[in-house]
Amino acid sequence: MTLPLGLRERARTGVEVAPELGASALGDMGLARRFLSCPAALIGGAITGLLVLVALVSLVWTPFDPNAIPQNVHLLAGPSGSHLLGTDALGRDVLSRLMAGSRVSLYAGVVAVVVASVVGVPAGLAAASLGGSASEAIMRLGDILFAFPALLGATTLTAALGASTTTAMLAIGIASVPYFARVARSGALAVLSSEYVLAARAYGQSRPAIVRRHVLPNIAPLLVVQTTLLFSVAILAEAALSYLGLGTPPPSASWGQMLESAQATLQTDPLLALWPALAIALAVLGFNLLGDGLSDVLDPRLRPVA
Amino acid sequence: MASFLLRRLLTLAASLGVTSVAVFFLLAVLPGSPAAVILGTQATPGAVQAEKVKLGLTAPLWDRYGHWIAGLLSGNPGVSYISQRPIGPQIGQALSVTGPLVGLGLTLGLLGGGVLGVLAALRNRRVSGALLSSLGQIGLAVPNFVAGILLVIVVGVKLHWLPTGGFNGWSQGVGPALRQLALPALALGIAEAAIISRFVRSSVVEVLQSDFLRTARAKGLRLGQALVRHGLRNAALPVVTVLGLELAGLLVGAIVVEQVFNLPGLGLLLIDAIDNRDIILVQDVVMLLAGTVLVVNTLVDVSYRLLDPRIGLDA
Repeated sequence: MTLPLGLRERARTGVEVAPELGASALGDMGLARRFLSCPAALIGGAITGLLVLVALVSLVWTPFDPNAIPQNVHLLAGPSGSHLLGTDALGRDVLSRLMAGSRVSLYAGVVAVVVASVVGVPAGLAAASLGGSASEAIMRLGDILFAFPALLGATTLTAALGASTTTAMLAIGIASVPYFARVARSGALAVLSSEYVLAARAYGQSRPAIVRRHVLPNIAPLLVVQTTLLFSVAILAEAALSYLGLGTPPPSASWGQMLESAQATLQTDPLLALWPALAIALAVLGFNLLGDGLSDVLDPRLRPVA
Repeated sequence: MASFLLRRLLTLAASLGVTSVAVFFLLAVLPGSPAAVILGTQATPGAVQAEKVKLGLTAPLWDRYGHWIAGLLSGNPGVSYISQRPIGPQIGQALSVTGPLVGLGLTLGLLGGGVLGVLAALRNRRVSGALLSSLGQIGLAVPNFVAGILLVIVVGVKLHWLPTGGFNGWSQGVGPALRQLALPALALGIAEAAIISRFVRSSVVEVLQSDFLRTARAKGLRLGQALVRHGLRNAALPVVTVLGLELAGLLVGAIVVEQVFNLPGLGLLLIDAIDNRDIILVQDVVMLLAGTVLVVNTLVDVSYRLLDPRIGLDA
C-alpha cells in the first residue's frame, strides 16, 4: 500500500514551524474564515462530516439489521423502494451494511491515531527536549520502523494474532509512530529554540512544564494535520486487510469485506461492488482533502506576516 | 563517504535483524499449529504432538530462529510444513509473476505520473492545472485493489477487452501472458501515477521558477526546449528517490492486487500460507518482501547522496 503520501511527504521533509506565528494558530479569530475560503478543507470537511454523521446514525438506526441474514428475502435484489441499494448474496440490505461499515472505518482510524500519537508524540518530544544520544537512539529506532511497510506489518500481526480490526489497526498505528515522532520532534525543536522558551527557562520553569505549556499547544496544529492524514491511511489499510480476510471478521459489515464478497457475483451484479468501492474512495478522498486543507489553513509558514 | 556507507550498511543490517526477530517471534505465538492443520480436526493431541516433533516445532525458539536464519543466509529457505515441497522454487515461481507485475505497474505509474505531473506544473495556477491536480487526488483516493475491481467491471465484464483474472505462466508466450497482466498492472499503476504526478509537479514547478531556466529562456530557448534540455534533468532527482520508495510500496500493493486478479504471485502464496498456518512459508515471504524494501531504501539513500552534490556525505 503506497498511500501514506501526505503523511510521508511531510514527515520526510520535516516540518519547520515559525513558533511565534504558530502560537496563535488555534486561537485565531481568522481561522474559521480561512477554513471556509479553502476549497480543499471545505470539501474534505463536508465529506468527513457526512461520514461521521452516517456512522453516528447507524449506531441507533439502519433501514434493516446489517448483519442478520433474513428469511424469505429476494437475494441479490436490485435497488428498490424498500432496499434503496438492493440486497447482497445473503439477502442483507446493502445500504444498512454500508452505513454500519462506516463505523468500522472510523474505528480503524481512531485506533491507529491513538496508538501512533500516544507512543509517537511523547517519543518525539523526548527526543527534542533531551537531545544528545537519547534523541539519536529514539530517532534511529524510528528509522528502522519507518522503513518497514505498514501493510506487511499488519498482515504479519493479524496472521499471528488472528483477524480483527483492532489488531490490524494496532499494526498500522505502530507503523505510523515514526511519522508522529518526527513531526513532534521537529516542531518541538523549533519551539524550544524560541525566545519565549528561553524566557520561561530563565523564569525557572521546569522542562516538563515548558513542554506542556509551550511546546504542546504550538505543535498541536501539526499533529491535527497528521491525525487527519492517518485516518485516510487507516481506512485504506482496514479495507485492504478486510478484503484479504485479515481485518474485520464476518459477519460484521466492513467495506473491504463487502467488496470481497461482491467479487463472486461481479459478472452479474457489478453494482454490489461499486457501493463499497465508492465509499472507500470517498472516505479516503475526504480525509486527504481535509488534511491538505488543514495544513494550508493551520500552517503558519504559508500565512502572510501581517 | 566510507563512513557514511558503513553507517548505512550497519543500519540496514540492524533493520534486517530486528525485522527477522520480530517476524519470527510474532509468528511463533501463532494460535493453531501447522501440525494440527496437517492432521485435520479429528487428530488426537498425542498425534499432533508427534507431528510437531517431526516438523521440529518443539525445539527451543532461539534454536529454531538460528536454524531459519542460517538456512536463509545459505540460500535455503526451508521446506513447506504443509505441502512438504521446498520453498525456494515456490518463491521463484511466484516471483516470475510478481516481479513483472510490479515492473509493469511502476512503468505505467512513471509514464502516467510523469506526463500528468509535467502538464499540471506547466498549467500551474490555471483551471486546467487544478483539474489535473484533482485528477491526481482522485487517483490517490482509489486504492489499487478497488481500482482493480472497477477495471474488472468496466474493461473485463462490460467491454470484454482483456482477461480479468488468472495467469497461465510465461510458457504460453509473452503476448498472452502480458495480456493477463495488463489489468492488474494498470490497477497498480493508476494509484502510482497519482503519487508520482504530485512529486513531479512540485519538482517541475520549482524548476520552472529557477534562475537557470530563466537564463536558458533568455538565451532564446523556447519553454519546451529549455525544459527538456535543462529542466527535467534537475527535476528528476527528487522523483528518483520517490521511485525507490514507491517500488517498495508497489511490492506490498501487489499482494492485494494479486488477490483481486487471482494471480499466483507472492501475495497469493503469502495469503494461502497464512490460511494454512504454514508458518515457515509466511516467515520466508514476509522476510523477502521486507528485506527487499529495506535494501531498496538503503540503495535509494546512497544513490541520492551520490547524485546530488549539494547533500553532504558526512551528514
